[in-house]
Amino acid sequence: MKVQDWFKSGSPWIWLNASAVSVSLIMVFGLLALIMVRGLGFFWPSDVQVMDYVDENAQQIRLMGEVWGDEEVARQTLLENGVKLDTDDEFITRYTLKTGNRDVYGADFRLILKPNIKSTTLPDDALVVVRREWGNFYGFLDSIKEKGTELALTEDKLWSELEARTKRVLELHDEIVDIQKSDIGDVNHELEKLRLKKRRYELDNELTPEHLAELASARKVQDDRYAEIQKRLNELNQDIARDSMVVRIADGSKKEISLDHVVKIYQPNQMSVFTKLVTYFANIWEFVSDEPREANTEGGVFPAIFGTVMMVMIMAVLVTPLGVIAAVYLREYAKQGPLTRTIRIAVNNLAGVPSIVYGVFGLGFFVYFLGGNIDQLFFSEGLPAPTFGTPGIMWSSLTLAILTLPVVIVATEEGLSRIPKSIREGSLALGATKFETLWRTIIPMSSPAIMTGLILAVARAAGEVAPLMLVGVVKLAPSLPLDGNAPFVHLDRKFMHLGFHIYDVGFQSPNVEAARPLVYATSLLLVLVIIALNIVAIGIRNRLREKYRALES
Amino acid sequence: MTAAADEQTRTHAINMDALDRPSGQSDIDSEEIALEVSNLNLHYGSAQALYDVNMVIPKNRVTAFIGPSGCGKSTLLRCFNRMNDLVDGCHINGKIELHGTDIYSKQVNVANLRRRIGMVFQKPNPFPKSVYENVAYGLRIQGVNDKRRLDEAVEKALRGAALWDEMKDRLNDNALGMSGGQQQRLVIARAIAIEPEVMLLDEPASALDPISTLKIEELIYELKQNYTIIIVTHNMQQAARVSDYTAFMYMGKLIEYAGTNKLFTNPAEKQTEDYITGRYG
Repeated sequence: MKVQDWFKSGSPWIWLNASAVSVSLIMVFGLLALIMVRGLGFFWPSDVQVMDYVDENAQQIRLMGEVWGDEEVARQTLLENGVKLDTDDEFITRYTLKTGNRDVYGADFRLILKPNIKSTTLPDDALVVVRREWGNFYGFLDSIKEKGTELALTEDKLWSELEARTKRVLELHDEIVDIQKSDIGDVNHELEKLRLKKRRYELDNELTPEHLAELASARKVQDDRYAEIQKRLNELNQDIARDSMVVRIADGSKKEISLDHVVKIYQPNQMSVFTKLVTYFANIWEFVSDEPREANTEGGVFPAIFGTVMMVMIMAVLVTPLGVIAAVYLREYAKQGPLTRTIRIAVNNLAGVPSIVYGVFGLGFFVYFLGGNIDQLFFSEGLPAPTFGTPGIMWSSLTLAILTLPVVIVATEEGLSRIPKSIREGSLALGATKFETLWRTIIPMSSPAIMTGLILAVARAAGEVAPLMLVGVVKLAPSLPLDGNAPFVHLDRKFMHLGFHIYDVGFQSPNVEAARPLVYATSLLLVLVIIALNIVAIGIRNRLREKYRALES
Repeated sequence: MTAAADEQTRTHAINMDALDRPSGQSDIDSEEIALEVSNLNLHYGSAQALYDVNMVIPKNRVTAFIGPSGCGKSTLLRCFNRMNDLVDGCHINGKIELHGTDIYSKQVNVANLRRRIGMVFQKPNPFPKSVYENVAYGLRIQGVNDKRRLDEAVEKALRGAALWDEMKDRLNDNALGMSGGQQQRLVIARAIAIEPEVMLLDEPASALDPISTLKIEELIYELKQNYTIIIVTHNMQQAARVSDYTAFMYMGKLIEYAGTNKLFTNPAEKQTEDYITGRYG
């Protein structure tokens, strides 16, 4: 009897609803927490430990590195693998030690067993060298060389001298990159334009001696410019290779590292918490603002962030008019009947088509057919190298626009159907035509619904990877789709994408273990980018909502 | 409280005046004709809503349509500016002429027709825009974008709808923030801003409180000077107060059409008498 009353009161349903909501929330926040902890921890400059360790062959060796993780391993498993153990513990802790020095040891990581660690110290002068190639290097600073000759410096001056010289080298490096990117990029751009111009003349049968002379002189200008830049570059390259340092590694041997390979040098064991914090945020900033290095496993992801955001924005610009026009036609102009019903069902079903199918469609139709024809018509001088007839950011945006079109159509139709009849009649009664009524009143009033559709579209598009792999995403794009060379926006270029970056770094890179935290960090970043895009869209929608508050009745 | 009472007395005085006016008794044949309806039949799908309606609407007079719910008075009203075109399955036979031209002929531009025959609906339906933009809407549609001309037209229309003094400092406020009575007068202002010849009022006061209703009635009396007004109302007192001619409709048929005084004091038909004495409807 009591139970029946309880059921009638409705509280079981309230409990059920509440638990469903809590489960969803826990899942969302759990996911965020996981990728945050795993991803953000990566940027913390952790201490470098020096260990005396007994290895598999019972040899005592000295190891140096950062502890990246630990796990409990069953004794049995270890014994079966032929590991000799001194303890009787059922479970043994095994650390993953990042020893770096890939060029010396051949690997970045080493698994070590806790019972075999004889002693651990945190020497203050332990050095971490982040290099452009071959990963991190761990060791102790021994001496500094200039043009191959060792500098006579006392112990205490060594570090400050190194810092100063590193700073100089980094400045030189920035200058070299700048010249390579902008100046040489510019020259190449001009030369390419000249080449295409010549080809154009050839195709048009206008390659007269005058034209040839004109081209040759233009080419000469660029060649001279290039020679000048090259000269400057050579100087810089000589300059940058001037200094090197000698680092003593854990086993006592020495290794010379040229400073031009250095990205950053620090001594984590000496850092205060505050300095570590500063380094931490500097590392995060580097991650979001830098370009990737070493097959994407090091450095930043800026081109991927840029590509993702730009692709989504182009997609939004394409999908909104398309979806709104289609929805207006379906809802306002088309005669409601079996045909429109069928179309509506088809549109809804399009939302359920697997995205890779859109990718295949995009590749076949947009890239090969449309792009191929565009090349034939407008860029024939570039052939056989394709301009638009190859995957690129425009085709990616277009493919995703098709993919998200149903969402926008459905949301817009929903919004149109919610506008009260009295508003339409009011406008028509003032002598407005149907089109004027739509354009001046109905569509502005449905704009919050259109924005809702766009928000859903953006959320879906930003997270989509599979179709992009076919129509424009690459592992490493040499240049951004937006730069200083006319026409500034290069819709034909391939681009990098955070989603694909995750896949590539996590599963396609040669050094998966080192890249794993990057996978989490990149995932976090992708989620943040999607959240940011959504917040912008939601903000716009709320303002529109306030403006076009529907009639209260 | 006193203000409201004042208002009431004033309105009452006007209404007495309205009832005493000389034209009320005058013969419909002596009036200038604005609209002429001949043999109008209207079907919604297979259901017939209007049966063979014949009537003339005199110019610069107020004509009221009364009758019980569903008698077709709103349907007839909506025929005058072709609002029924929007209803699927609506068929119209017969003729409605505005100053001699058939409004249902193929040559007629519906948007132009609606500029000449304005309409105010039962529920106030301002657009979610500013007061100013609501009133300027019709003119902007006609391509008027000259700021000075719009300002003048908006002021004139708001004055015409007795709303200028209340709203002149709030022209940029959203119209949805106004009271129901203000909204309805705004909608009237919006309609008169495009200076139509005929105004159709579809139960303009039914959603309003008594004071707003009185204001609207007062307004109708004043608009009569310049516009031909047709008003649909449930409220017989309202019809008696504001109109010069009254048509009584029942079940889609026009039962009786006469001067308001005559129809209310001396109806020719039994059905009319039954309705106005409250025996049914």
